[in-house]
Amino acid sequence: MTVKVELQKIGILGLQLIWHFLHLILSSFYFVVGIATTLESYLISCGLLRKYNHLSIEMVKYLAIVVDSDEAYNTLKIIELLQWLASLGIRSICLYDVEGVLKQSKEIILKKVNNASVFQDITLEFISISDGKEAVAKAANFLLENKFRKTNMSEDHRRRFSESQMTEALKAVGCGGPDPDLMLVYGPIRCHLGFPAWRIPYTEILIFTYGINRFMHLNQRKFYVCNKFSLCLFHSFLQRRELYDL
Amino acid sequence: MRIGNVWMSFWVTLTRILEHAINFIKRSTLKILSMGPIPNHVAFILDGNRRFAKKQKLVKGFGYKFGYIALMFMLKYCYELGVTYVTIYVFSIDNFKRSPQEVDAVMDLILEKVELWIKGEGFVYEYGIRLHFLGDLNLLSEPVREAVDRAMAATKNNNGAVLAICVAYTSTDEIVHAVERACEEKWDEIMNSKRVAVDEHGELKLITLGDVEKHMYAAVTPDPELLIRTSGEARLSNFLLWQTSCCYLYSTSVLWPEVNVCNFMWAILNFQRNHFYLVRKRKELKVVRE
Repeated sequence: MTVKVELQKIGILGLQLIWHFLHLILSSFYFVVGIATTLESYLISCGLLRKYNHLSIEMVKYLAIVVDSDEAYNTLKIIELLQWLASLGIRSICLYDVEGVLKQSKEIILKKVNNASVFQDITLEFISISDGKEAVAKAANFLLENKFRKTNMSEDHRRRFSESQMTEALKAVGCGGPDPDLMLVYGPIRCHLGFPAWRIPYTEILIFTYGINRFMHLNQRKFYVCNKFSLCLFHSFLQRRELYDL
Repeated sequence: MRIGNVWMSFWVTLTRILEHAINFIKRSTLKILSMGPIPNHVAFILDGNRRFAKKQKLVKGFGYKFGYIALMFMLKYCYELGVTYVTIYVFSIDNFKRSPQEVDAVMDLILEKVELWIKGEGFVYEYGIRLHFLGDLNLLSEPVREAVDRAMAATKNNNGAVLAICVAYTSTDEIVHAVERACEEKWDEIMNSKRVAVDEHGELKLITLGDVEKHMYAAVTPDPELLIRTSGEARLSNFLLWQTSCCYLYSTSVLWPEVNVCNFMWAILNFQRNHFYLVRKRKELKVVRE
């Protein structure tokens, strides 16, 4: 009996070793992919690789940027990113992080933005997690109050809410806004980190798992290059979006 | 003639050996994967059935039949790996805008398979699966709706895994429905007490986030930890928007009927690689919300 138990333990240990080995291979794979991506972006910037020359930027009417809260403190990088997006011709940008760090830095960012000529006619929106699920609860209360007023407390009068009414209610509680065409997520993981659910039903989501701080060691030109490459990637997504819809 | 028979039996034996070898490799790999963290809830967006039919030059609507076969394999892998909850996006409210023939093809397939499950045949019986159908079921035709209700009733005592099937579903509709129910509940509370509901401190009792969340269609399952979308698309297509705040989003370029165990294992490996961070983020979100 004890021999059987020991063998089982050895078997489990063996499986765990294989599991760790598999993950070592996976990490190596992503490391190589990262190097290839950086190299490709550099070649694009040097003009050696003729790729993504004609971006349909006008298709992006509204862009959402999701940043991990740990990285959102790096205001300089956020401003650099905004400068680059503005130079590409994107005019409406929504900035989101969970804890509302960007919301708190709003004044600093806007001050810098107003001083730069590249930011003419640009619209910035700052949101956090409180504009998501909690906003829906606020909108529910708004609809409830309206229902009271309109129905004069009559019990029989029950009507369905429509999606447009919900959108209006969210706007009324100060948490409305247009749906982004594209969302760029800068963070160490592939998830949207609680961006307001109501606003992303058909938003293209592009995730850059290296995060914004990966560009810390890069100079202005290389930062531009890496970002240019990252945004270039969504061109094919935008083209596909017109062809197919679930 | 005799040589032909020998050759035939050799091929049959070889095929069987290969089949056993492949099954052994699959089982072993799943066993290895189970050494790491396993998602409690996996969601699938079954995208690419129509494109598959077009690619294979099949009759319109036939892609869904192949999609069903792929689904059976995926569910088998999920349950063998130890995943407790699986949610699948079968039919969106927006899909009703498609051609009537196509809508009918999907509805007929749903009806056929649900009837099969009610009889206790197939994987539902094998794994003791409890079925949930999520969405605005009033939009379904009478026979489909009745079959769906019977299937949920027939499997309500099953305590194996849970399969949530989203039909006539969109996340925005789910949110509106939840808000509506929360309002109705609060309304009844006020009407019954003939005054505005107040808490123990005498403050106005408003609709809370919890009131909305408990009326979501997907409240029967925990939030998904891994969402797999096929056909290379990078959007949620109005599926579980509310529930996927801290869910690992995995997208593969293969079409749904072409999906295989390798795609599934790759998704699980990627999930495991990011599991620690996901857990941390989930805790952070909880703290921020509170």
